[in-house]
Amino acid sequence: MTEASTHPVLDIRHLSVALPGTGDRTHAVIDLSLTIQPGEIVCVVGESGSGKSVTAQAIMGLLPKGQLVAERGTIALQGEDVLQASPDRLRELRGTRMAMIFQEPMTALNPVLTVGDQIAEMLAIHTDLSSSEQRERVLEMMRAVHLPDVERMIDCYPHQLSGGQRQRIMIAQALILDPALLIADEPTTALDVTTQAQILKLIKEMQERRGTGVLFITHDFGVVADIADRVVVMQHGNLVESGTRDEVLLAPKMPYTQMLIASVPSLVPPHREPVSGPVALQTVNLGKTYQGTGGFLDKQRIVKAADAVNFSLRRGETLGVVGESGSGKSTVARCIARLIDPSEGQILLDGLDIAHLPEKMLRPHRRHVQVIFQDPFRSLNPRRTVGQSIIEGPMNFGLSEHEAILRARDLMGLVGLSPDALSRFPHQFSGGQRQRISIARALAMQPHVLIADEAVSALDVSVQAQVLALLDDVRKRFDLALLFITHDLRVAAQICDRIMVMQKGKVVEEGPTRTLFANPQHAYTKALFDAAPGHDFSSQQSKQT
Amino acid sequence: MWLFILRRVASTVPVMLIVAVVIFAMLRLTPGDPAVVIAGDQATAEQITRIRASLGLDLPIHEQFITWIVHILHGDLGTSIFTNMPVSTLIGQRLEPTLMLTLTTVIFSVSVAVPLGVWAAWRAGSWTDRLIMMFSVLGFSFPVFVLGYLLIYQFGLTLKWLPTQGYKSPFTDPLGFASTIVMPTITLGMIYIALVTRITRASVLEVLGEDYIRTARAKGQIERKVLFRHALKNAAVPIATIIGIGIALLIGGAVVTETVFNIPGLGRLVVDAILRRDYPIIQGLILVFSFTYIIINMLIDIAYTMLDPRIRY
Repeated sequence: MTEASTHPVLDIRHLSVALPGTGDRTHAVIDLSLTIQPGEIVCVVGESGSGKSVTAQAIMGLLPKGQLVAERGTIALQGEDVLQASPDRLRELRGTRMAMIFQEPMTALNPVLTVGDQIAEMLAIHTDLSSSEQRERVLEMMRAVHLPDVERMIDCYPHQLSGGQRQRIMIAQALILDPALLIADEPTTALDVTTQAQILKLIKEMQERRGTGVLFITHDFGVVADIADRVVVMQHGNLVESGTRDEVLLAPKMPYTQMLIASVPSLVPPHREPVSGPVALQTVNLGKTYQGTGGFLDKQRIVKAADAVNFSLRRGETLGVVGESGSGKSTVARCIARLIDPSEGQILLDGLDIAHLPEKMLRPHRRHVQVIFQDPFRSLNPRRTVGQSIIEGPMNFGLSEHEAILRARDLMGLVGLSPDALSRFPHQFSGGQRQRISIARALAMQPHVLIADEAVSALDVSVQAQVLALLDDVRKRFDLALLFITHDLRVAAQICDRIMVMQKGKVVEEGPTRTLFANPQHAYTKALFDAAPGHDFSSQQSKQT
Repeated sequence: MWLFILRRVASTVPVMLIVAVVIFAMLRLTPGDPAVVIAGDQATAEQITRIRASLGLDLPIHEQFITWIVHILHGDLGTSIFTNMPVSTLIGQRLEPTLMLTLTTVIFSVSVAVPLGVWAAWRAGSWTDRLIMMFSVLGFSFPVFVLGYLLIYQFGLTLKWLPTQGYKSPFTDPLGFASTIVMPTITLGMIYIALVTRITRASVLEVLGEDYIRTARAKGQIERKVLFRHALKNAAVPIATIIGIGIALLIGGAVVTETVFNIPGLGRLVVDAILRRDYPIIQGLILVFSFTYIIINMLIDIAYTMLDPRIRY
C-alpha cells in the first residue's frame, strides 16, 4: 500500500492502439494520456468510435487478440505497466487491482451460474478462502451494495433478478477484492432512469468509502454532470479536451465539446403552440392482456401489458409516451400499428375502429400507420438494398415500380441522403443514416400516423439532435400525427406537444409538455423527473440559452 | 423442478399410447395376412381360419387392440412365428449387447468429441481448428463397415491384439468384454464423434463472443475455466440435443456394426426378423425402439432444465 500510494491509480502515457489494416482509420486510440488519482472519478465522454471502450479494454489487457494491438505508450496501474505484464501477472491484477463493470447487466453475467457463485468466483480465483468463508464474504458484499434478501438472492440465477439488481451484482463482484481501479463502461446506459440514479449513487458511495479510482465511460452528459470529478472528451481516438467537470461542462474550449454539449437536449421544454388539426388517432380503453400458456398441471399467469389506455392525437401533433421498461409504451404502439392484436378497447384511425378488424379488411388501412423502430441496425433487411426496402411498401399498395422509385428518390433527398444511395445496402450506412432511411421508408407509405418507438435512443447525441430535427420537420411538412415513444425525458421535452406518462400498463398522467414538466402531479412522474441525470447541468444550460 | 419432471414423465404416456396405436394399425393395414404367411403355401382355407382364430385375428379390430395393449402392459409382446419363443424373451436376450455397445459408444464419443470441439472453437481459424474439422469431415464420410473391416484387418488379423468377432458380457467376463467392445465402439463412434465435435465447436464459438465470457476474463479467470466453466455450460443445450438425436441414430448404426463384428444384439434380431417376416418380433422391436426414443427425448428435456436454469416448461 505504501509503495502503491505514491503513484496515481492509473497513469496512461501516450497510448496508441492500432486497428487492423483494412479499415478507414489506422488507430482506435491515438497518443492518449490521462491519470486517475485515488478516490477520483474520471469520466471519459465520446460518441461511438471515439475509442473510449478500446481504452478500457487496453487497460484490462482484454483487447481482442490479433485485431487490436497497443502499439505505443504505457499504462501504469499503481506504477506497474500493464502493457509489459505477462499473461499470468495480468490475470492476477484483474480483479485484485483493477476490475470492470459493463453496459449490459443482462448479458454480462453468466446465465447458467448463480449470482452468488459468480461473485464467489472472484474469491476462488484470487484467494485461499474456504467455500463457507467465501459465502460469508459474498453475503457481506451483497449487503454492502444494498441488495434485498441476500440469503435468498445469493442462490438466484441472473434472469430471476431485475436489471438494476444485476448491475448491483456486477458492482459487488467487481469491488469484492477492493481493487484500486474500477472501470465502468456505460454501466447505466441500459437501465431505466430511476434505476440509473440508484446505481450512480451506489457507485459514488462505494468509491468514496473505499477510495477507489474510477474510470467512468459514458456518452451521457447528464451522467457526467452527476458523477464526474474530471472529464476527458474523446473523438476518433484523440483526446479533445480534459479538465474538471465544471471547466468542461460549463466552459468548454474546443468546438467539438461545445457541439456535443449543445446537442444535449435540455430538460426545459420550449414553448409550443397548441395544435388544432383534426383528430387522426384515438384510443378508447385500449388494453392488451398476455396469458402465459400454463398447460398441463400449471397455473396461468396473466399480465396486463396495457390497461384502459385513452388518448387522442391530432394531425400535426406530437404526443410523447414516456415510461420505463415494462410500462407498456411499446405495447400500445404495437397495438396501434396492429403488429399485435389488442385484447380490448377501440383504436379509431381517422374515425374508423381498426382494433379488431380482420387482417383482410385491415390491409388498406395499414399504410396509414407507420413505425420507426429503435435499432436501425436490425430494422432494415441486410440482404436488400435500401431502395428495395423503401419501394416494397408503396408497390404493395398499387404504385408502379417506376413511380415508387421516383418517390423514394424524392424522400432520400428530403431526409438528407443522396438519391444515388438507393442502390446500396444498409451495412454501408452509419446508425444515423440508417435511421434516416427508416424514416424515408415510413414516409414512402404516405401515412397519417407515424410511430417513433425509441427511434433516437440508439444514436449518438449529435446524430440524435439531427434526427430529432428531421422528425419534427417531416411532421410539419406532411401534417403527420406523431406518436413519440421514449424513455428519455430530455428528448421528450424538446419534441413533444403533449406527454403521456405510463407505468405498469396504465396512463398515470397526461398533459401539455410545458405544464407537465413545470408541475408534475403524479408521484411516479415526479420520481421520474427527479431521477433524470444532470439537473444542475440542465439549469446551467437553460441559463446559457 | 420435481413437479416439472413429474409432468414431463406423465406427458410421455399419451405419446406412447399414440405410438402403440400407430404400430398396431401399421401391421393391420399393410397388405398381406399374417395367417397366410404362417400357414405356408399349401394351407387350406380351413387351416388359415384356424390360425386366424388362434392369433385372435377374427375378432373386431378394437377388441384386438385392447387385447394387444393388455398383453403389452403385462410384458407380453407375443410369440415369434418362426421360433415359437416369446418375443419379450428374444428381445431380452439381445438387449444387453446393444445397450452395452450404445453405452460405450456414447461415453467414448462424447469424451473425445466435446473437448475436441471446445479446443477447435478456442483456436478457431488456426491450424488446430482446421485439422480437427478435417478429421470431422472424414468421420462423416467414412462408411461404418469399411472402418470396421479396416480395424479388424489391422488390429485383429495383422497385429492380433484384439479378437475380431463376438461379444462377452461385462458381468461374467469383464476383460473379454473390454477386448471385444473396443473396435465396435470405435467403428460406431466415428460418425458420432464427427457430429458432436462440429456441433460443440459451433455452439462454443457462438458463446465465446458473449459478454459474460469477457466478464470472466476480466475477473482474471484462467482460460481453461473460462472455456469449461463459463462457455461449455452455456453451449450445452444444443450439444445435449445432438447427443440425444445421436443415440437414436446409434441404434440404426448398431445394425451394421453388429453384423460386421458378429455381435448378437438387437440389430441382428431386426435383420433376421425382417428377412423371415416374423411380424410379432418386428412389432415388438418397433415398440421397444419407439419407447426408447420417447424416453431419450424425455431425458433430454429434463437435461435442458438442469443445464440452463432459464428453461422451464
